[in-house]
Amino acid sequence: MPDSQLTAAHNPALLHHFAEPRQQRDAASLGMWVFLGTEIMFFGGLFCTYLVYRRAYFGDWGAASKTLDVTLGATNTAVLICSSLTVVLAVWAAQTCRRKLLIGNLLATLVLGTAFLGIKGIEYKEKFEKHHVPGASFQFNNVTIPGHPDQYANPSHAEIFFALYFVMTGLHALHMIVGIGIFIWLTVMAWKGRFTPEYNTPVEMGGLYWHFVDIIWIYLFPLLYLIDRHP
Amino acid sequence: MFDNFPLWPQRASTIAGNVDALYIFLLIVSGLMTLLIFVCVVFFAAKFRHRPGVQAEPIEGSTPLELTWSIIPMGVFLVIFFWGAVVYFQERTPPHDATEVYVVAKQWMWKLEHAEGQREINELHVPVGRDVKMIMTSQDAIHSFYVPAFRIKQDVLPGRYTVAWFRATKPGTYHLFCAEYCGTQHSGMIGSVVVMEPAQYEAWMSGGSTGSLSAGGEKVFAELGCATCHRPDAQGRGPNLQGLFGKTVQLEDGRTVTADENYIRESILDPGAKVVKGFKPVMPTFQGIVSEEQLNALVAYVKSLSSARPGNAMAAGSTSTPAKASAQGSQVQ
Amino acid sequence: MVTASMPTVERENYLNKHYGVGSWLFTTDHKRIALLYLLSITFFFFIGGFFALLIRLELLTPAGDLVQADTYNKLFTMHGMVMVFFFLVPSIPAVLGNFLVPLMIGAKDLAFPKINLLSWYLYIIGGVMMLHCMLTGGVDTGWTFYVPFSTAFSNTKVVEAGLAIFVVGFSSILTGLNFVVTIHRMRAPGMTWSRLPLFIWAHYATSIIQLLGTPVIAITLVLVAAERALHLGIFDPKLGGDPLLFQHLFWFYSHPAVYIMILPSMGIVSEIIACFSRKRIFGYSFVAFSSIAIAVFGFLVWAHHMFVAGISVYAALVFSLLSYLVAVPSAVKVFNWTATMYKGSIHYDAPMLYAFGFLGLFTVGGLTGLFLAALGIDVHVTDTYFIVAHFHYIMVGGAVMGYLGGMHFWWPKISGRLYPEGWAKLAALIVFIGFNLTFFPQFILGYIGMPRRYYQYPPEFQVLNVLSTAGATILGVGYLLPMAYFLWSMRYGKPAPDNPWNAAGLEWKTASPPPTFNFDEEPVVTWEAYNYDELNRLPVKQETPVAR
Repeated sequence: MPDSQLTAAHNPALLHHFAEPRQQRDAASLGMWVFLGTEIMFFGGLFCTYLVYRRAYFGDWGAASKTLDVTLGATNTAVLICSSLTVVLAVWAAQTCRRKLLIGNLLATLVLGTAFLGIKGIEYKEKFEKHHVPGASFQFNNVTIPGHPDQYANPSHAEIFFALYFVMTGLHALHMIVGIGIFIWLTVMAWKGRFTPEYNTPVEMGGLYWHFVDIIWIYLFPLLYLIDRHP
Repeated sequence: MFDNFPLWPQRASTIAGNVDALYIFLLIVSGLMTLLIFVCVVFFAAKFRHRPGVQAEPIEGSTPLELTWSIIPMGVFLVIFFWGAVVYFQERTPPHDATEVYVVAKQWMWKLEHAEGQREINELHVPVGRDVKMIMTSQDAIHSFYVPAFRIKQDVLPGRYTVAWFRATKPGTYHLFCAEYCGTQHSGMIGSVVVMEPAQYEAWMSGGSTGSLSAGGEKVFAELGCATCHRPDAQGRGPNLQGLFGKTVQLEDGRTVTADENYIRESILDPGAKVVKGFKPVMPTFQGIVSEEQLNALVAYVKSLSSARPGNAMAAGSTSTPAKASAQGSQVQ
Repeated sequence: MVTASMPTVERENYLNKHYGVGSWLFTTDHKRIALLYLLSITFFFFIGGFFALLIRLELLTPAGDLVQADTYNKLFTMHGMVMVFFFLVPSIPAVLGNFLVPLMIGAKDLAFPKINLLSWYLYIIGGVMMLHCMLTGGVDTGWTFYVPFSTAFSNTKVVEAGLAIFVVGFSSILTGLNFVVTIHRMRAPGMTWSRLPLFIWAHYATSIIQLLGTPVIAITLVLVAAERALHLGIFDPKLGGDPLLFQHLFWFYSHPAVYIMILPSMGIVSEIIACFSRKRIFGYSFVAFSSIAIAVFGFLVWAHHMFVAGISVYAALVFSLLSYLVAVPSAVKVFNWTATMYKGSIHYDAPMLYAFGFLGLFTVGGLTGLFLAALGIDVHVTDTYFIVAHFHYIMVGGAVMGYLGGMHFWWPKISGRLYPEGWAKLAALIVFIGFNLTFFPQFILGYIGMPRRYYQYPPEFQVLNVLSTAGATILGVGYLLPMAYFLWSMRYGKPAPDNPWNAAGLEWKTASPPPTFNFDEEPVVTWEAYNYDELNRLPVKQETPVAR
């Protein structure tokens, strides 16, 4: 990338109310971290609800959790971790002026994110077919509690598990969709050559957001899929 | 004070005086603090009123003063906290052998049932000087049992029992309010607590009882086939309920719980939640099969199987007879 | 005296720089956005006030004879929702905070001007959703949405109301985000943390609460809406759901929310008392750190709303003790404000009258909080009019008095005009009298046992209710007056000089109204906050506009 000596006065990306690019970048960074803090509190309410009911209905929840497809869930976890790798590579590419690599990694992130959503869709469809969607058509009869082959799970308590499953993974999926939107925009901007070693804040901030959504999933996967599984 | 313009609620329970004493203390403390601030503000505003040529004195602050007016209030607050906590403990600790009344709240009425079997709607008759404990649940939304003259209030929740107690000290009729918003007729969910002299109360009691609550519970116990598994010998598929109430129970998963009202209730509605050690989880659920009143009756019956329960319906003084008892039992709401 | 013959040249400022609806609706200037907010929250204030009027009219008589029971339940619900979420939470931060934060720290704008505009649009969208909800049937769950009533028994538009609040909550989060980043990153050279005005400290603390607390009520409302719309069962007791879980989640935000409502007002009171006592606030660092302490401890006391809800005695003890802890910083502030007046040079302009009112009313409201934190007393008075009186003393007697004082104090800066001082003093007096008459009887009503949310009541409660309603009408007049004369002043008020109060603070070093980019030159701060000892050596208050 030619001319890395752009001065503050001439940098077209500098907004008028900032004194210099560094201040702008620091503000964006702090803003994104603070925003992610609010997202932690947002998901936090759900995690709290989860903890309360898991403690109260551990056996029933173990039975419900076991009906989730752990292979698909683990695959999704791997997909997201890989996508975080491509994000890191994209940020590095932006910082070292490697436009093709940047666009390539952004696209790879998009593909992996979409794959995640696709696999989630398959899981949801399966849950629908098995009547595990809470509501009038919910059924969960005669499912034994792991480790207690003589005891059936309480369907009402299992229904609460699935309610939280859908709300938590649904909210996560919504955040993934927003993330995909952000990365489509980043790809377009990268293709237009807007990112330079001096100015790649959007890529970094988008990356932070993506990592956060990934970390949420890394908590969701064991909490939802692995409650009481035995080899 | 004036009859139609009261400025202070009546005091009709043993706890009311304690609550009022703390309240008056707080009034005095708050009054003094308000007066202090008011006097300072007015005095400073007047004395240091802007005068031409007189400058304000630049004062930074004073750490000793800051510490003083942080520590002294904190000390006063701790006193209030302790006093309030003591009163609260009294409010939330029913005496051991209180007379029990089962309360079912629903939109928008209070249904009460004495252990001896009398049922009341929106009214509670009690004798003066006796400890009364209310075991309460709701059929629908959250309600709250509030008797201002007794200074007691307790939310009434669906799905579990909550408890409140009082000992009335003055005969009279006192407001009973629902204090948790519950829908259209929330402000119509009003009743009264009628406190009577003991003799009058006995007279009231002996008219119109249809059998004690626990006798009714015994009937439900038989009708629903509970006796098949819960036998008084050790042979049944279910735990022996004799002497169970109030004891600690070892569960299959290692936990230990106390067999209180909520435990009995939960075991009927969700038997798999707490399986007793040494028993198999074969009890069916009765959710949707028993009404709240039947649940209350069953709980009262199980309590009656523990001999050290003088407040229960099996004590002498019950007017139930087998003929009358047959009319009771499977009452639906 | 004003020399009327001096020509007032209309300099270019943020108001006259561009004209046209588009220049307002697509502005990114924090000052214009502040005015957009001012219009919106005033609108909702009067809607909420209208509901209050109907409530008080119904309560004139013991029977329920003005409106039907369901209507009354909707009235108090929507009064609460509108006043809390669409007026009190945004008011000071989104109007005065938006306008003043960049000015006070010497910045050209907030860190994220476009996000600032987005936050206003979110407020409007939430507001439209709320209006639609109100006009198509309303909601009757109480602003507290308790389950299972709101999820299983109410027949009103719970989901829509919940989503409207969700949207407006997001607006609140973005405002807080903007303030935190701005205060951290955009301070002018020399503006160190210890030189910040206490208004900024107060808004910083408020923003922390907005950021950490609001998302929790957001997710709680999502759960309620999902439960209602999709029959999920998370709070359904018949499925094993726990209604108390909702209360914990709800109050985890809603208690800190009350500190969102009062902290900015405390910040304003600090500025006013310093200016009109002509000296630095006594114990500046103690007041600054008290704001932070209130924000932090405010997150630890939520279950004091649940002492009779069915929580264990031990939990109640913990929350009672912590509630006393959080009272200490507020008390410290009141003492510091009072001490500031000692050996000051006190002026009685309208902003100072509002500050006096705040001192008295916030003291009473705060002291009654001590009653409520006392477990033994709370059992008797919770869910009664004692609570209603307590929180109105703080939110109306405290927050709104501070807001009005601030509006008067900074009106010259915002509008470039002076408001009529005589009318302002009269309005302050009317508000103070009307307020006390409305709410003091409610303390008594509460202790003698009148529950909240009742539209019919036993006859012995009537006299106090009538007094309260009488006060409410007086209070209403008191609120209408500033509306009238602020509007009047925009056309006929005397043009304001840069610093009509000879006050300290960077906002007074620029024109009234300020230019779009706030300062002609970036300020470099070399003095401490509240440098009134220097300012007092200058000539008396400017009366004439300074020509440039």
